[in-house]
Amino acid sequence: MTTLDVLFAAIGLIAAASAVLAVTTRHLVHAALWLVVTLGTLAGCYLVLGAELVALVQLLVYVGAVVVLVLFALMLTRAPIGPSPEHTSGPVQRVAAAVAGAGVAGLLGAVLLTALGGRLVSTREGRTHGVAEQLFGTWVWPFELLSLLLLVALIAAFAVSRMPSATGAEATSPERRADEAVEVP
Amino acid sequence: MIHLALPLTLVAILAGAGAYGVIARRNAVLVLIGVELILNAANLLLVTMGSVLPDTLRSGHVLALFVITIAAAEVGVALAVILALFRDRGHVDLSEPGT
Repeated sequence: MTTLDVLFAAIGLIAAASAVLAVTTRHLVHAALWLVVTLGTLAGCYLVLGAELVALVQLLVYVGAVVVLVLFALMLTRAPIGPSPEHTSGPVQRVAAAVAGAGVAGLLGAVLLTALGGRLVSTREGRTHGVAEQLFGTWVWPFELLSLLLLVALIAAFAVSRMPSATGAEATSPERRADEAVEVP
Repeated sequence: MIHLALPLTLVAILAGAGAYGVIARRNAVLVLIGVELILNAANLLLVTMGSVLPDTLRSGHVLALFVITIAAAEVGVALAVILALFRDRGHVDLSEPGT
């Protein structure tokens, strides 16, 4: 065990525990808050792995923006405060989900650990200088394309959230047709 | 120096927890949280490999940054879809059929 091993084990244990809690807790808001803990500790994991820039972006974008959006979604959909068991499906589907989750974790872990698990490596490749040089050199056009993607997603979100008139008309139209059918004879 | 077994185990646990969340949850926002966990598992794998492989292009880190940006865009659109769903149906329970 090296120092980095101990650090990563401590932070990763918190990340894994809070990830499991985020998908199993009965409180809606607690799920979002456990997600904050998971994402924050993952930023710590990135720091241990030597990726300072990714850790900072994770904190800024994920913890700062994505979780706030999730909390907004919870508030705007009138999420109840307190435990509410109806947000998780029935026992049969939960057992099936647990089997599927364990299968994903087991298969992925088995493949990755068999392929690469035994290695003891140094983490020297993630220094910010090199990453920034490559990001604005080799990867500059995909990077610019991403800003276009963000703009498109922003406009799409705006358009989708202003669509209720169309869906509302569709929802009421069968009743209206039924009324007309009644009135015709 | 770090043993690769630890990050790889965390990747597997995160992906498994995310898959469980996507399948077991009924609330659309909670399903979204499961998707975020799977995305983060992929991100951790990218960063781990980017940190340990001698890659002059730094693909692992740069692609992890791209995934974070795309996840932000995805969450924005998903929030809009969930809000439209809520306005249309009055709930965001994915297991109940629509009106």
